[in-house]
Amino acid sequence: MRFAGRLTLVAASFLFAAPQARAETVKIGAAFSLTGNAAAYGAQQKAGVLLAAEEVNKSGMLPGITLEVVVEDDGTNPQQGIAVFDRFINRDKVSAIIGPTLSTLAEAADPRAQEQKTPVVAVSNTKPNAITTIGDYIWRVSLTEAQVIPSATRAARAKLGFKTAGLLYGNDDAFTKAGFDVMKSALEKEGVQILGIQTFATKDRDFNAQLTALKGLKPDVLFVSALVEQAGSIAVQARQLGYTGPMLGGNGFNSTKFIQLAGPAAEGVLVGTAWNRASQDPLNQKFIAAMKARGTDPDQFAAQAYTGVLVVAEAVKQAGMKGGRDDVKAGLAKVKDLPTPLGAFSFLPNRDGDHAAAVQVVKGGKFEILQ
Amino acid sequence: MGQQIVNGLFLGSIYALFALGYTLVFGVLDILNLAHQAVFMLCAYVALLLVGSLHLHMFAAFPLAVLAGGLLGIVVDRVAFKPLRGRSDSNISGLISSIALATILEAVGLQLFGPDVERFPLGTVPDRGIQIGGAVVSEIQVVIIAIALLVMGALTFLLQRTRLGRRIRAVAESPLAARILGVNVDRIIAAAFFLSSALGAAAGVLFGLAFNNVAPDMGRAVELKGLAVIILGGMGSMPGAAVAGFALGLLEVFTVAKLGSSYRDAIAFGVLFLVLVVRPHGLFGKAALREA
Repeated sequence: MRFAGRLTLVAASFLFAAPQARAETVKIGAAFSLTGNAAAYGAQQKAGVLLAAEEVNKSGMLPGITLEVVVEDDGTNPQQGIAVFDRFINRDKVSAIIGPTLSTLAEAADPRAQEQKTPVVAVSNTKPNAITTIGDYIWRVSLTEAQVIPSATRAARAKLGFKTAGLLYGNDDAFTKAGFDVMKSALEKEGVQILGIQTFATKDRDFNAQLTALKGLKPDVLFVSALVEQAGSIAVQARQLGYTGPMLGGNGFNSTKFIQLAGPAAEGVLVGTAWNRASQDPLNQKFIAAMKARGTDPDQFAAQAYTGVLVVAEAVKQAGMKGGRDDVKAGLAKVKDLPTPLGAFSFLPNRDGDHAAAVQVVKGGKFEILQ
Repeated sequence: MGQQIVNGLFLGSIYALFALGYTLVFGVLDILNLAHQAVFMLCAYVALLLVGSLHLHMFAAFPLAVLAGGLLGIVVDRVAFKPLRGRSDSNISGLISSIALATILEAVGLQLFGPDVERFPLGTVPDRGIQIGGAVVSEIQVVIIAIALLVMGALTFLLQRTRLGRRIRAVAESPLAARILGVNVDRIIAAAFFLSSALGAAAGVLFGLAFNNVAPDMGRAVELKGLAVIILGGMGSMPGAAVAGFALGLLEVFTVAKLGSSYRDAIAFGVLFLVLVVRPHGLFGKAALREA
């Protein structure tokens, strides 16, 4: 009787184990800012990861494995971000975490995942020389400004063929100074001659003197590293002074607030971006069409979040269809030239992402990809 | 070269307009009103609201914002200075209380309007440039320089030739003697604050228009420069503030053009230092005989 009972138990477990081996579920926790200041980004990111998981499951890319994405709201609040991470790690037992939306939250929550050896894939954190420095379980899909500017400089030079440049930057702010350093080295690398460099302070609103001096040197292009508060005034004053050449701005220019402040003076201003929306790559076109079919006009945040799920799926595949936390971590290291809407994606040795960046130009009061 | 002269005159006229208000109150009361920059900021917002939300023409919004600035000046006097008047340390305590009031007004601005930079709607002022021998001057720049010169002339006339001006000068000379002669000192001081803050308001609106930039912290851009201007010109001296305003504007612009923008503040404040070594009371300042 006892023997028979045991036998049925073994048989039963065998019966249940077999189908389970064929349809293992790999859980991914996605922590995004669905409420709070960064809520506009979070909505795009959520739509991106859900679409990616559905497509991966349908495509048969991972035979025998079902991806399940659990989306939670970090509230644009570090405490809530940490709580969500703890839940993912200890209760949901996820194989990897995607997010959180903002760098400040990542710096608070990512160390939890590092301690518990849970891989994190950042899809929107752009703070340079940070995030991936937290530890070897932290990976990043989103390009930092230090990566976007050189690529944008190369692309803009290929289109516009400038040979000389003038530089203007805020020298009392860490972000604008860092942006300037990257611009300067990118220009030098491209063999562009720097005719003049001018600076300003964060609270300055009059840039006429600096712009007149730069304009007098007759550069082919003007590179500007400024926060959005100054970016609008700089563009307006440059145009008022009669500067008609192209301007390329750092991340401070990469917002609709800049276009609102500069008005018509924003026209023709160039800004680097991680996602080339106009790329004719079929994968990119398919992504845009699928997002629109779900009622979301995708932006860079959606494309990067979508790519984040593809990267985790590829890692599972590279690990030999295994979804353990260390399997995913080992697999991430092997992701190379993965086709994504962002282009061919690889990781650098420091776990930051690497793919081609594009250049946007302001046209008719909107950002368009420079073709 | 020509363009940089225009840039310098333009920047200088904003410094001068702002500093005139500072120096008027100092001349009358021997007190620095550090809430001046908050009035500057709030009145730029008042004009922005009138133009942006009520769709008034700038020609109507400007005088209204200036009037609002004047009234706000009377509030500044009543809240920050009047309760302390007559105390032996009222110069220092008034300075401190005006810093407190500036902080409060800035916080009010932040609460009401948020931290984001705003701009006047497109086309509030015509965005045309005038070519003058290789230099481009926009219409708003011409208007600002003209208003600054006009206001300086009007203020000089008011102080030298009118009854109110004579009373203001009498109070500046000696509040006690003025009171004995039948002058209502509190009312004259309120009038000085009204004029001073109206000037600050005018500077704020024009600054916001000229640079397409209205933000709760915009006053910081001119606060220190305004102080430098009145020290350079001589504390309490109207012509001094006007001349020093233009001088500082030109000096800054030419430092940027000839030496590079990193040296701008070093040169500007270095020259300020040298002037004070040679002339401790500033360019137009009188030695403090009044105290004797």
